[in-house]
Amino acid sequence: MTLSLLQQQIINSYQKGFPVCSRPYQVVATALNSTEDDVISAIKDLKDKNILSRLGPVFCHKKAGASTLAAIAVPPAQLDKVAGIVNQFEQVNHNYAREHEYNLWFVVTANDAVALEYTLMEIELLTGLPVLVLPMEAAYHIDLGFNIDFQQSKMKEH
Amino acid sequence: MTSLRPIDAKAHVLGQVPYCSLTEQQQVKLRAIIEQGLPQVAQPYLAIAKQIDATEQQVLEQVAMWQESGLIKRFGIVVKHRQLGYTANAMVVWNIADADVEKVASKLSLYDEVSLCYRRPRRLPDWPYNLFCMIHGTDRDLVLGQIDKITNELALEDVQKDVLFSYKAYKQNGARYGKNGQKS
Repeated sequence: MTLSLLQQQIINSYQKGFPVCSRPYQVVATALNSTEDDVISAIKDLKDKNILSRLGPVFCHKKAGASTLAAIAVPPAQLDKVAGIVNQFEQVNHNYAREHEYNLWFVVTANDAVALEYTLMEIELLTGLPVLVLPMEAAYHIDLGFNIDFQQSKMKEH
Repeated sequence: MTSLRPIDAKAHVLGQVPYCSLTEQQQVKLRAIIEQGLPQVAQPYLAIAKQIDATEQQVLEQVAMWQESGLIKRFGIVVKHRQLGYTANAMVVWNIADADVEKVASKLSLYDEVSLCYRRPRRLPDWPYNLFCMIHGTDRDLVLGQIDKITNELALEDVQKDVLFSYKAYKQNGARYGKNGQKS
């Protein structure tokens, strides 16, 4: 799978600061010396290729509601099953298996602290396993933009 | 037409709360819609405005306002970095003396390889770590090399730490605040 130069430029230039205006794709096109139609189809194609999860806002968790990182030490044989239970919750937006005794790591986000606590309780109830709750106490560095090195990147073939 | 209603007229006059022309209900809807992502049409905000019975201008102003207030942290392309070959994702957790956390965190944050750095509570006896950082790379050995380099340069060799590589993504979504917390 290869990406066009336009797609590479879009990825590396517009993870932050995508223009908010009536014709944003036109503004991007002008900046990248392209056309509005080409920018729109380049982004659609990134979506089709499952590289783009979305184009939109990332809300500040603290201001937008309550959230926490959480982990469960799952007996390895049950990992997929328990991950499936955790995944059912709409409030869970990331869920990864990691190499550790605590092998299932996920982020829970809810409207407020009460809803968050309720969700965590429900997860414990349904999985039958205790949840390690690790809310953020301070953020020192959040660089959510991702500078992709397209020379080094070994893209998955689909 | 929607009512032109400031959130708090007095605060608005004082310049504390920006004037907001969308109703609360429209704001909730708008947020749920843009959380799903911007449509790929020439005038995406117009398309969204039609869905919530507002004008394009109102929608643009609301989004700008959310950006200014910090509710929207960033606005742009959210990539699935795994698909781009960044499959070696390590969460490095450290047990740093409480008095040193700020100092160590600010040094860790200076490294390009470190994308996130957070303090979280210890949960003794199971979990002794209080400082978390993320290192993403295209290759496991490369990431381990970066962690060694950082550990040496910051003289953290004697600090208890653990490296948790992820090996499977069960879910990788943006947060959804639009609905009320029921199971899907």
